[in-house]
Amino acid sequence: MSNYISEEKIKELEIKANEARQFLISMLVEAGSGHTAGPLGMADIFTAMYFHVLNHDPQNPEWEERDRLILSNGHITPIRYVLMAMAGYFPIEELKTLRKFGTRLQGHPERERLPGVETTSGPLGSGLGQAAGVALAARMPARGGSASGGDKFRVYCFMSDGEQEAGATWESAMFAGKNKLSSLTAVIDRNNIQIDGFTENIMPLEPLKAKYEAFNWHVLEVDGHNIEQFVDAVEEAKAIYEKPTMIIAHTIPGKGVDFMEFDYLWHGNPPGKVKDDPDAPPPEKQAEEALRQLRTLGGKIKSEHE
Amino acid sequence: MFNKNAKLISDLSKPEMVPTRDGYGKGVVEAGEKDERVVVLCADLTESTRSHWFAEKFPERFVQVGVAEQNLALLASGMANYGKIPFISSYATFSPGRNNEQIRTNISINNVPVKIVGAHAGISVGPDGATHQALEDIALMRVQPPMVVVVPCDAVEARKATVAIAFNDKPSYLRIGREKSPVFTTEDTPFEVGRAEVFRDINPDASPTLSVGVPVGANSCAIVGCGMLLYNALLAAEELSKEGIECLVINSHTVKPLDEKTIIEAAKKTGAVVTVEEHQVNGGLGSAVAEVLSRNYPTPQEYIGVQNRFGESGNAEELIKHFGMDVESIKKAVKKVVSRK
Repeated sequence: MSNYISEEKIKELEIKANEARQFLISMLVEAGSGHTAGPLGMADIFTAMYFHVLNHDPQNPEWEERDRLILSNGHITPIRYVLMAMAGYFPIEELKTLRKFGTRLQGHPERERLPGVETTSGPLGSGLGQAAGVALAARMPARGGSASGGDKFRVYCFMSDGEQEAGATWESAMFAGKNKLSSLTAVIDRNNIQIDGFTENIMPLEPLKAKYEAFNWHVLEVDGHNIEQFVDAVEEAKAIYEKPTMIIAHTIPGKGVDFMEFDYLWHGNPPGKVKDDPDAPPPEKQAEEALRQLRTLGGKIKSEHE
Repeated sequence: MFNKNAKLISDLSKPEMVPTRDGYGKGVVEAGEKDERVVVLCADLTESTRSHWFAEKFPERFVQVGVAEQNLALLASGMANYGKIPFISSYATFSPGRNNEQIRTNISINNVPVKIVGAHAGISVGPDGATHQALEDIALMRVQPPMVVVVPCDAVEARKATVAIAFNDKPSYLRIGREKSPVFTTEDTPFEVGRAEVFRDINPDASPTLSVGVPVGANSCAIVGCGMLLYNALLAAEELSKEGIECLVINSHTVKPLDEKTIIEAAKKTGAVVTVEEHQVNGGLGSAVAEVLSRNYPTPQEYIGVQNRFGESGNAEELIKHFGMDVESIKKAVKKVVSRK
């Protein structure tokens, strides 16, 4: 039993996460391009963030004391867009504009186009430094010369595991450790896949926990699909005063759709675009099957119209 | 004739010698005194970039980043996003050289007001050699849409430029040099980002901004320059005057946004242009001037700068001469372009 979230709330968030996955599949099909596996894998954590963890106001995205969520791996932004829409930042209907000309929902997120995305991102390895910059700036004397603004909000940085291969990530990790940026909590989506294959084949990251500990971080590992565990880790991070905290969230890429799970073919493709996956339905049936699985929780419930 | 309104020093042959980095160092302290949002980040080059004066005065607003130029740009992006006015200082070969993509995505596309200070720019860095002589930084910075690019001609102008960009609310690049160079402007010399100044005019009674006039004859030329080589341009103009060739000299300290009006008017007035910069001729001020003139008033142009080569070790003076940026080289370029009219 968590001290930080009730059973009822967890149930509610699990249902929301499932809805989010369905919105995601529909928007990616409409867009015709984009990443699928990473966003599906992070649906539970993003749901927990927008509906439980973040201190934010969708009606006032510039609110100075809001928690900051810096998304470093900008390519999973579709799931963030979905949760932002569900939380009330913009109409659900607008999700259909993803990646289309004139949209606020750019293929990779841009700060000036959509209030609430906090920063422009996409090129990997650049989020942690920016998050550290915000945390450091907030700790300095505030604009009006009053006391430190550093205690007023927390900074979250979401990263992929693939971008742990980028040198800049470690420049920033070293800096955050040295400066004891305790208002900073980073989350690595440890799904083990990247565009060209499995991370441990492309460029092994393990021992990842030991690496961050060596850089003077407090490191926690959670099941990224267990909302209770994730919330507990986020709360533990708030109690750590001398170090930034890294939460390594073990996730299943493509979570919720059996033919997408653990399959790097789905890293950079939307449903309908993968032709060479022997486990998947033919392209024209992929979205339908993905939505069927999500609606029926993997076939556990029969939908009414079946 | 020197433009009286430019308020240059009275005796051009006896300038005080101060590096432009000192101007930045003083300017950023001044900016910091004016506004506590100003913070300075440096990547292990605090004294040589002159950021140490700020660090000594405002230690709580100075951030040591270590040898990590990518993170230098990223931290500053985050700090600016939060509401600070960050200056990031390093050598220009490293910032904006090494961290160019971080600047593009996280400062320019993100459109946050980080001030990038590229020190030890140009070949005059001298003995350090080619690896440390930034000759492409102006090109790198001026292709990023929101970026303001300023190349001050001396330490006094560098100080003014530093304070000016601190409060322009835009991503900005300031280029400064290591070597002592002539201080030939004064506190009273007009300076405004985006406005070129006529330092030497053919008509001694000209207003500070050029009036469009009748072309002044076959033996005239406009020299458009930025940075410390502008001093050589003024000396060349004086000598050429004695030989019967009259030169306008324009200080185009802001490479972006370029003062197109002043440059087009100068081209119309003289019918020939020489650009002068301590940078590759590909992509720098000369290219920017050619882009404007080719669209508006095609004019014969010669380019003083480094001609598609890397630098090498030596002292500043011998390198400037060897790479064709000394007074004699400028005179030759003017004669050549005048002959092409």
